[in-house]
Amino acid sequence: MRLPTQWLGVTPFFIFALMFLILPTLYLMLGAFQNDAGEFTFANIVALFSANIVAAYWISIKVSLASSLIGAFAGLAIAIAIVRGGLPNWIRSATLTFSGVASNFAGVPLAFAFIATLGRLGLVTVLLNTLVGLNIYAHGFNLLSFWGLTITYVYFQIPLMVVIIVPAIDGLKKEWGEAAATLGATQAQYWRIVVIPVLWPSFLGTVILLFANAFGAIATAYALTGSSLNIVPILLYAQIRGDVLHNAHLGYAIAFGMIFITGLANIFYIWFRTRSERWLK
Amino acid sequence: MKSGKFWAWVVFLLGAAYFFIPLIATIEFSLRMRRGVYSFDAYKVVLGDSQFQATFLFSVVVAIFTILLGVLIVVPTAYWIRLRLPQLRPIVEFITLLPLVIPAIVIVFGYIRMYGSNSPLPFLGSNLGANALLVIGYAALALPYMYRAVDTGLRTIDVRTLTEAAQILGAGWGTIVARVILPNVLIAVLSGAFLTFAIVIGEFTMASLLNRPAFGPYLQNLVANRAYEPAALSIIAFVITWGCMSLIQILSRFAPKSANRPN
Repeated sequence: MRLPTQWLGVTPFFIFALMFLILPTLYLMLGAFQNDAGEFTFANIVALFSANIVAAYWISIKVSLASSLIGAFAGLAIAIAIVRGGLPNWIRSATLTFSGVASNFAGVPLAFAFIATLGRLGLVTVLLNTLVGLNIYAHGFNLLSFWGLTITYVYFQIPLMVVIIVPAIDGLKKEWGEAAATLGATQAQYWRIVVIPVLWPSFLGTVILLFANAFGAIATAYALTGSSLNIVPILLYAQIRGDVLHNAHLGYAIAFGMIFITGLANIFYIWFRTRSERWLK
Repeated sequence: MKSGKFWAWVVFLLGAAYFFIPLIATIEFSLRMRRGVYSFDAYKVVLGDSQFQATFLFSVVVAIFTILLGVLIVVPTAYWIRLRLPQLRPIVEFITLLPLVIPAIVIVFGYIRMYGSNSPLPFLGSNLGANALLVIGYAALALPYMYRAVDTGLRTIDVRTLTEAAQILGAGWGTIVARVILPNVLIAVLSGAFLTFAIVIGEFTMASLLNRPAFGPYLQNLVANRAYEPAALSIIAFVITWGCMSLIQILSRFAPKSANRPN
């Protein structure tokens, strides 16, 4: 018997993964398709399409999409600036270190930093009001809203983009630029015909990763808005705490919906990733 | 190219403004506790608060156990996959990436339903069990980072030769992993450990839903009830994250770059 000793080395890992990742998730997945008596039903999934749950998913998707797109483009711009912009070398390494920190700076401290900046008594709010006479709250801005949450999420989205995309930009071979120049391409043509098509898959892949990253986040939003902004993770949090929907299986269905969306996003991510790896070795 | 450099500066400075203004605002706010003058009163109040000390200590201990559990699970697995079961690599990598797909709140929801006090495995029936489940949950959350760090470390050493040399000298599997492989990937393991620490120390969702007296829920509660103390704590949290990331950077300078014969 050769096989068992071979597999013994990875058994603890698979037991751990099964017990604490896969089975708990499967339990919820199956629960989403059962009623209280344990019979198979689609009723919970259908119930997801009630007005307030759809609204929660919609605002979650909007915030995740907006913050991932803004984060991605801003992150790309910063990455190109520090890698190709001819800035001093220390700026590049300082930016990368800072990005590592900021991409992990989420949750309550981040929420509070933005309350201190753009809250009703925040530094920027007050400065704008006293220096320029611009009262952003009078103009409809509110930190506890879609845009407020998006601006806050961007704080960890941009650095994550920078951390992931800088190696991809580094992977652009010098020879490609030289070859393009030899063939008489202008700088603009080089970017349009060579750089953008090569970077495109890793860029799109990272956008999706950022999307999933924002979609599952709860602590930042909860600290920022309490339960006044009804995003999916906060709805699920309230459901786990106190069965606010008065239907345990509907809670499972919400969890199922979250995994469905992040899972779908990640399938696209893997697909784009394999496409980009062909070029960037 | 001149204009390119100009725009690079513009982009960089805009980015720097976006990232530094909230930090400056938070620092400024944290110093305003005493009326009219800047002072460190908020920090003194926070650091002297017994609840802060208790929850922070709790989270540090949980983080240490999380790191130990993570190392215990990841190092032998990654080693064995490299040495004997490379055909399992895609499956193991897929599993280690699952915590990025399944949000933490869903994982902990599953725990609550599966390991409640009436279940066959009643983790949540006792304090110790609930603490253990928190450590397990965090180890699951940190799995993608830990695995990636350790696997990168293993890539730079010659696993096969080291193993064979140890075997010739009569070492068993436990000795090989603990005394030959682990010391060789220690720097990679440590960078995974600091990242784990940064993630665990202020984590809110799991700690809160498992009702653990951790730092994250304490912070959350403080934001809702106080004005200046949360600002001080936010700065402290930022400094801790910064410390962890700097240590990773410093460690990476000591890491070996490549093996003589990469496998």
